[in-house]
Amino acid sequence: MRGSDAALLSVSGVHTFYGSIEALKGVSLQVEAGEIVTLIGANGAGKSTLLMTICGDPRAARGTVRFDGRDITRRSTYEIMRSGIAQSPEGRRIFPRMTVLENLQMGALTADPAHLEEDLERAFALFPRLKERQHQRGGTLSGGEQQMLAIGRALMSRPRLLLLDEPSLGLAPLIVRQIFEVIGEINRTQGMTVFLVEQNAYHALKLAHRGYVMVTGEVTLTGTGAELLANKEVQAAYLEGGS
Amino acid sequence: MEYFLQQLINGLTLGSIFGLIAIGYTMVYGIIGMINFAHGDIFMVSGFIALMSFMILGIAGVTWVPLALALVLVIAMIFTSVYGWTVERVAYRPLRGSFRLAPLISALGMSIFLQNYVQLLQGARSKAMPPMIEGGFTLMERADGFTVDLSYVRLMIIVATLVLMIAFTTLIAKTSLGRQQRACEQDKKMAALLGVNVDRTISLTFVMGAGLAAVAGCMYLLLYGVIDFYEGFVVGIKAFTAAVLGGIGSLPGAMLGGLMLGLIEAFWSGYGSVEGKDVAAFGILVLVLIFRPSGLLGRPEIEKV
Repeated sequence: MRGSDAALLSVSGVHTFYGSIEALKGVSLQVEAGEIVTLIGANGAGKSTLLMTICGDPRAARGTVRFDGRDITRRSTYEIMRSGIAQSPEGRRIFPRMTVLENLQMGALTADPAHLEEDLERAFALFPRLKERQHQRGGTLSGGEQQMLAIGRALMSRPRLLLLDEPSLGLAPLIVRQIFEVIGEINRTQGMTVFLVEQNAYHALKLAHRGYVMVTGEVTLTGTGAELLANKEVQAAYLEGGS
Repeated sequence: MEYFLQQLINGLTLGSIFGLIAIGYTMVYGIIGMINFAHGDIFMVSGFIALMSFMILGIAGVTWVPLALALVLVIAMIFTSVYGWTVERVAYRPLRGSFRLAPLISALGMSIFLQNYVQLLQGARSKAMPPMIEGGFTLMERADGFTVDLSYVRLMIIVATLVLMIAFTTLIAKTSLGRQQRACEQDKKMAALLGVNVDRTISLTFVMGAGLAAVAGCMYLLLYGVIDFYEGFVVGIKAFTAAVLGGIGSLPGAMLGGLMLGLIEAFWSGYGSVEGKDVAAFGILVLVLIFRPSGLLGRPEIEKV
């Protein structure tokens, strides 16, 4: 039996402000070790803000973020990331003037250097395209390749919690499918815990064990992926014509 | 021909010193987007530290020149780095995230502070040092007795600069620290998300810039034998010009800009007038900026720090 205190990530009553705008209005949710949990919601609902608040940038004004039982609410971003969280952020944020290989090495900054070769091979096995392009500059990659690199880079630190912000954004359906397959694969084979933020609700809910729905800074619904997929409100708001 | 060669040697020496200082300007600009106007004064402080170290070592009886030189370099680099670190900590870090001009004004203030600080401690007059390294090679002799000399000091300056620049380029291109600096330069938020301590990386950038300025300060003292509290302003403006000429933010640009500026000054002094050398240097800067506003190598795809 695992109570909510034992969750790998536990967000409780978090409020975050951008200036005077309250972007998160008391958000609470949990991610258990080994799960894929998704957070769906419209553009501007505060999904990315939540991911960044977990990483301490910006910090929560109220409420607490606990990772692995420890309160990380007031820690610096780099300390939080060194404690075992990795994020593939909104807009991918590939270093444009670094090669693919250097971007991956940056991801491995907090990892044991002895693992580097092994982890590179693993990233290349997940995304063979990255291997072909390893000496190319990040800025020259296509959108799909940049997304693969962003996920590969996040995995290089061997995180215990992987935060993914809209990996499907702006990508062709075929690439989206590939990327979601890889997310499922790393969860199954490596037991990676994944917290996935998506607007592409259909794919995300099919993949995830559980999901939360966010509307203007608040969590309004929660359930298993299948429950939310079957939910009328979710269908009306997020799945119309979705694929 | 002999005269040309001599001016070439002089220009390369001066350009090496400009280049070493210019790297500090360009790296700081690359990583936090500000011009560190106090950098020239950091160079001046290092000259005084070197001068004092030579005197103390002299009193302590360290008279073997290579050893004294090595010790002075190390001492100057350490103490100057502390100055560089402190300046960033005191004058720039508290202003990070405030409006763009604030750190620039703070930098000007820091520059004035350092000049007055040294003037108070050391006096306003130039301090002189007897030449440490004498002699050199005579490369050529003309019929009328004009000789082309490569003094040991100039040779040492050129070689040391070459070695440092190769080491430095390798550091930035190949090591984890260099990657972290480039990451901060390209996207600080993402760098932090990968576990980079951004504040520490910025501090280290200042320390590295100051370390190179310290080498330049020692070289300058060895070459000219005098230093005064105002020296940093003049040489600093030249090195800053070199950084802009090469393309501010670009590491190879700073080196190239430094060398070019040194050569322009040397040839202008040699063939034109010594008084006109600054006009020539800044005139060429204006021309380059008209036709290449981002400097010679300052294109976005060039590796910057």
